[in-house]
Formats: sequence, structure tokens, C-alpha cells
Amino acid sequence: MWREWIPFWRPGVSSYAGDIDLLFAGLLAISSLVVLLLLVLLVTFAVRYRRGSNADRDHRIKKTWYWEISWTTVTLIGFLCLFVWGAVLYLEVYGPASNALPIYIVAKQWMWKAQHPGGQREINELHAPVHRAVRLIMASQDVIHSFFVPAFRVKHDVVPGRYQTLWFKAEKTGVFALLCAEFCGTDHSRMTGRIVVMEPAQYESWLSREDVGGTLASEGAKLFRELGCSGCHMGQSTVRAPPLEGLYGKPVPLQDGSTVIADEGYIRDSILLPKSQIAAGYEPVMPSFAGRVGEDELIRLVAYIKSLADEGRPQR
Amino acid sequence: MNPRQELNYLNCEHTLRSWFLTTDHKRVAILFAATITMFFFIGGGAATLIRLELATPQGDLVSSDVYNRLFSMHGIVMVWFFLIPSIPTTLGNFMVPLMIGARDLAFPRLNLTSWYLFLLGGAVTLYALFIGGVDTGWTFYTPFSTMYSNGHVILAAVGVFIAGFSSILTGLNFIVTIHRLRAPGLTWYRLPIFIWSLYATSIILVLATPVLAMTLLLISLERFFGIGIFDPNLGGDPLLFQHLFWFYSHPAVYIMILPGMGMVSELVTCFSRKNLFGYKFVAWCSIAIAGIGFLVWGHHMFVTGQSVFAALVFSFMSFIVAVPSAIKVFNWTATLHKGWVSYDAPMLYALGFIGLFTIGGLTGLFLAALAFDVFVTDTYFVVAHFHYIMVGGMVTAYFGGLHYWWPKITGRMYPDYWARAAAILIFFGFNMTFFPQFVLGILGMPRRYHTYDPALQVWNVLSSAGASVLAVAYLLPLLYLGWSLFCGRRAGPNPWNATGLEWQTSSPPPKHNFPQTPRVQRGPYVYTPEAVAVAQNA
Repeated sequence: MWREWIPFWRPGVSSYAGDIDLLFAGLLAISSLVVLLLLVLLVTFAVRYRRGSNADRDHRIKKTWYWEISWTTVTLIGFLCLFVWGAVLYLEVYGPASNALPIYIVAKQWMWKAQHPGGQREINELHAPVHRAVRLIMASQDVIHSFFVPAFRVKHDVVPGRYQTLWFKAEKTGVFALLCAEFCGTDHSRMTGRIVVMEPAQYESWLSREDVGGTLASEGAKLFRELGCSGCHMGQSTVRAPPLEGLYGKPVPLQDGSTVIADEGYIRDSILLPKSQIAAGYEPVMPSFAGRVGEDELIRLVAYIKSLADEGRPQR
Repeated sequence: MNPRQELNYLNCEHTLRSWFLTTDHKRVAILFAATITMFFFIGGGAATLIRLELATPQGDLVSSDVYNRLFSMHGIVMVWFFLIPSIPTTLGNFMVPLMIGARDLAFPRLNLTSWYLFLLGGAVTLYALFIGGVDTGWTFYTPFSTMYSNGHVILAAVGVFIAGFSSILTGLNFIVTIHRLRAPGLTWYRLPIFIWSLYATSIILVLATPVLAMTLLLISLERFFGIGIFDPNLGGDPLLFQHLFWFYSHPAVYIMILPGMGMVSELVTCFSRKNLFGYKFVAWCSIAIAGIGFLVWGHHMFVTGQSVFAALVFSFMSFIVAVPSAIKVFNWTATLHKGWVSYDAPMLYALGFIGLFTIGGLTGLFLAALAFDVFVTDTYFVVAHFHYIMVGGMVTAYFGGLHYWWPKITGRMYPDYWARAAAILIFFGFNMTFFPQFVLGILGMPRRYHTYDPALQVWNVLSSAGASVLAVAYLLPLLYLGWSLFCGRRAGPNPWNATGLEWQTSSPPPKHNFPQTPRVQRGPYVYTPEAVAVAQNA
């Protein structure tokens, strides 16, 4: 395969890695050509026109702007092609994933915590099925970290105070390195883990082997009651609050006339910063839960509210 | 020769006072040169320890906390106390008035103030680094730097803050000097390219450095008073910091490389005995880089979650800003065509620069290509890339300039054999050190890693071995240049038979540069057939 011919290159193993490897090969080929061209010119001129040689120095190039315009144009066109190539792939990797399995990641100094929707938890490990898109919803509890899996050619910073998402689709079973790529303090270089990619059947049996309390959504439902959210957001409340059934993934009209899509980030912000985006037609009466719920609880609440979209009706 | 004629800026006065209260741009340049040389070796010492530690995959030489402090110190010292001031405050300070036929810079006392500020900022930063250090990296990313780091962040930031004002004053001084003090007849298109590039550099220094000052102030406010600006727990935004920081620090990259490009333009013309190919294009390319360089900062943030649209714009602009740099490389190459090329030490440095800068620039395209950046950003690929520009490019150009103007500055020649040997050793040592780091990057080794995957050791050992060659190569000039100060052959006013105004006065120049103000009638690189013939027979 062509990828094995790139020097020192380990071919990637995700659905998207092949495109990156090709992009690298392209960049490498173009750069090598440029370097070769310059090298030949420099060496030729340097030898031919060395002081003392009797090479012909008459008829020097007078109209330099001819040359300037030509090499500027050629360079510009070449660069624009590279720009488009890189941009198209970027839109793919940072774009939406279809039919993806959601997994929640919480990063903190110096470990990766993964939580599966079924309630399975792991530390510095992430089990995932092969040939299936996995969508990570990532949060940081302290400083900026960066989720980096070299074999998949993917990376995304995990910036505190927001959700960040990244998807990948592994095309090979095996164990792959997970690294933290953004400097995060003393043990930055030890904030590493493993991505274990399994056949779907094995993955299912791994899921069922894990000892779990309840699904993320059911734990979220419990929190939803304990924190008093249900007091306003459930059916017979005296306070008029927006209903959460069928909310996830739908556009929400806001008071200022704009509209947002109710994704994980919107739900998170609405819990922590309820005054920032007020749903049209409602009073801004919700108190902020910032400081009262940590990233782990937030994930459960978000998972619960997401589950309402599927069921259409809250669990009582 | 009449002893009175030999009076120059070095031997006219000998008291300490005449040095530390001097307003002579040449003496201020010497003060700066001594200071940044010290910083170069401090930063180099940290680099040596880093490469020693990385020779093995385990963390066995120093602890992780010490390692983190080492690379932070290396970055902070090298960026703010060596690379940014390097060419402007030393060769620039010395040569700008000489090259434009002036007696001094426009504001001589401001120039001296600039050195004192630099010294003060450097002292504060060094104090911070030696009483316990900083573990944030030179980038001071929040909220780590403001809420989590246990280093002396505020003190280090204050040092950099103060040194920033030194940059601003130097930039201001150059801009005014170049506008106001050019000799009669010295029109803009007769200015040497070195002056053009310092002019472009100065614009960035004056416009971008204040943003760094504000950013460092905001960090101190948040860290000291707990005022929420960057920490999300206090209601701040960590990415705001990155936008502010890179709004300065990306243009700062051009502060570092533009003077190097100007330097190489001087060297290539002088040692090819030819006018610079496409002079006007090269001149305006410097200005274009300075301008467009302000619009690319977001390319440091492609994986932070900035909007995809912003990422597209920044990627596009990054490709655009690379065009003028490419044009310069083509023009330097074309300058050799039908020239009379000689291979004195400064020319070897210039050729080394062209090679290393080209590799650094081309790998910059890899990083500007969005999807590829997602893969290799924050890995050793980036480390290798910017060292090719900063060290392979800038430091090589600085050495080239130093060797070119050494006879002018000191009046003495250095041993040519040793100077060429050092130039060649630096080129190979550099490639040996940093080329393996590209490989480490594509194999997925993140930067700022104290310990790493043992499978990557071979590349790290190669890099460390190269670093030891490079260390020797950087120490060599210290020895033979030091030797030449006392034992070098007298250089005479124009040992290279070059054309610039600086070569029309004696070496070392007298206190006020020129016995009478020169009048300029031609462009900077007009080598008449007679001049070429003289060089041929010399």
C-alpha cells in the first residue's frame, strides 16, 4: 500500500486517517519538489558562478518583474490548493457524525475518565467498538487538556467551562495510545491512556461485564429530583418553566429573537448560566447551579435530558 | 599613521561611566550584545539539560517539576531575551545610523533607556527563574497559569512586561530614525533591505507589544486578585487569553525572522557582487509580512474549538502570509545567477539560512493545512518547525551578520578557517538535532513531555547527539571571535569590498560615524564592473 512508502510513517487506523495520510503524502511530495528545485538551482549557480570561474556573466536578467509575477502566481495557486485540501478534511473531522455512539469524557489533572451511556466507567481507558462512529462529549474539571489519539489522527483540546466534541471511527481492532497534548502541569507526560477497539460482539460483552449502578440517564433522573429541577420543569408545577421533553436536538427560539440548537453545550449552559440564553416566552427565574454540580453530575443531568428527547415523556 | 586618526568609538573614552551612561548607538549595541549573549547561553544551558533528560524515555535526570521549569525557562529566555532583541538591538542598533549615513539614532538617550529596561526586565525574570522558576511554558496558558501553577508566574510576567517596553522604545527609535535621519539623496528605494526589514520589524514591535503587556497584566490581576478574566470558574474564558497572547506572539515570530531575512539579503548581494534580484519586491514583501502577520494568530488555535469558520479564515491567511516569504527565497536564489559568488564565512551562514528557512517555511505549510494541523499540533513536529525558523533561520542569520560586520564593529578580522568550520558545523549539528523531531512529531510524540514511549527513544537519542554537536558549534565563535579581538588582523574600512554606507567610514567607526555626512547617488547594491574587478583581484 502507498502509505508504507512514506518514510517513518505509521499508517493510521481510523476511517479518516487514510485521508490525512494522503494529505501528508501530498504535502511531502510538493515540499520535496520545491526543496529539490532550490537545491539544484543553488548548487548550480553557486558552482557555475563562483568567483574565478569564467562562466558567461553577460545578458543578466533585466526585467525581474516577469519572474516575480510568475513565481508569485504559481506559489499562490499551489498554496490555495493546499488550503482547500486541508480545509475540506477539517470540516469532516470537526463536523457532525451520523449514528454515533456517545461517550462522555472528563479530563482532570492527570487522568482521563470515560463514562458510557449504560453507566460503565473507566479511567485512562476507553473501550470502543470497531467500524462504528464514536462521538466524545468532553469536559475538563481544571485546566486545558487535549485528547489526542495519534493512530486515529484526531485531537481536540478539552477546555474547562464548556463541552467539546470529537468523533472517530476505528477501522481496526487493537490497543492504541491516548495522550494529553496540551501542557497541563506536573504529570502532563503521564496523562496517557489506552483506546481498546473491539469487535462489536466483544464490546457488548465487555459492557455487560462491567459492574454498573444504573444508566447515566437514570442517575441523572435521580439528580434531577434531588436538585429540585423537577419542581419547575415537570408537569403540574406552579412556576412556568420550559418543558424538557423532546428538547434535545431541536431549535429553541430565544427571547432576543435568535434561535439555538439544543445540544449538550446548550443544556450545560442553561444549567450553569441560565440567564445567558433565555427561552422565548419564559421569565428568567431559574437559579444558576454553577458551583453546586460538578462535571460528573452535569454529564448525568445532560444524559437524562437527552433521554427525554427519545422517550418523549419524563420518567416519573 | 597619525595616532589622532585612529580615535574611534571604542578607544575614545575608557571609563565605566563612558560605557554605562553612553548615548552612542554603537556602545549601546555592544551593551545589548553582551547581555543577550549571556541570555543565549542561559537558555542554551536549559536546552542542554532538556536534551540530556530526553536521551532516555524515563524521567531519570530531573523530576517532572524541574523538567517543566527547564523548558519554560528555555522558552521565556530564548524568545524574549534573545530572539526578539537579537538582531534589532545589536546589529540593528549599531548599523542603522551607519547604513543611512546618520550620526546616531533619533533618540540616543531613549536608546540607552531601552537597554536599562531590558536589563531590569531580564534581572526580574532571571530572579523568578532562579528562586523556583515557572512551570507554565513560555505561553502562560490560562487557567493553568493563573489558578493552578505553583511557579513564580507573576514575577516572570513582570520581567517580560518590562522588557516589552524596551522593545517598544527600540522600535519607535528605528521608525523615527529611518524616516528622519537618512543622508541626503538616500531615498526609500536606495535603502538597504536590512533597513527595510528593520522598519517592518519596528512597526510590529510598536503595535503588537502593548497587547502582550495588557495580557500579562490581566494574568497578574487574575492570579493575584482573583478577578475573573480567563478562568471559567470565575466567569472568565480561557480562549480569550489565547487570542490575546497569539495576537502578540504570532507577529512576534515575524519580529524574530524579518531582521534575519534582511540580514541574508545583505549577505547574498555582497558575496555575489550583484544587485539584489527584485529589490522592490523583496522590500515590499517585508512590509506585507508585517501587515498580514497580524491576521493569522488563530492558526495556533485550530484544535481549541474556535469556530470552524474562523479556523478557515486563519488557515487561508496563513497560506497567504507564506507567499512573500517564498518570494524572498526565490529572489535570493536568483541573485546568485550570473554573479561572482565567493564563500567567505558570512556567505556560508547565508546559504545555511536559505536551506533551513526553506524547510522551516515548507513545514509551516503542513501546519497551516487545517486537517494536518489537527494531527500534529502540540507535537514535536511543531517544535521542529519553529526551531527551523527561529534557530536555523534567525540564529544562523544573526551569526552571518555578526561575521559580516565583525570587522566593522571591532576593526579586526577573525580566522576565516575557523569561521567557515563553525558555519558548516552549525548547519549539520542543527539538522541532526531538529530533523529527527519532525519524525517524532509524525509518530505522535507530544511536546513538553518529560517521559515518553520507549519506542521513540532512537529518534530522541539522535536529536540529543545532534544537540551536542550544535552546542560545540555555538561555542566555537565565542572562542575565535574572542581571540580576534586581541590578535586578529586589522580589517581596514572595507574588507569585503561591499557597497553600503557603513563601509565608507573607518573600522571601528569614529564616535560620530562619518567625518562629514555622506551624499548618496545610487542604490544600495550597485557593483560597478570596476568594483567587481577589484574584488576579483583582492
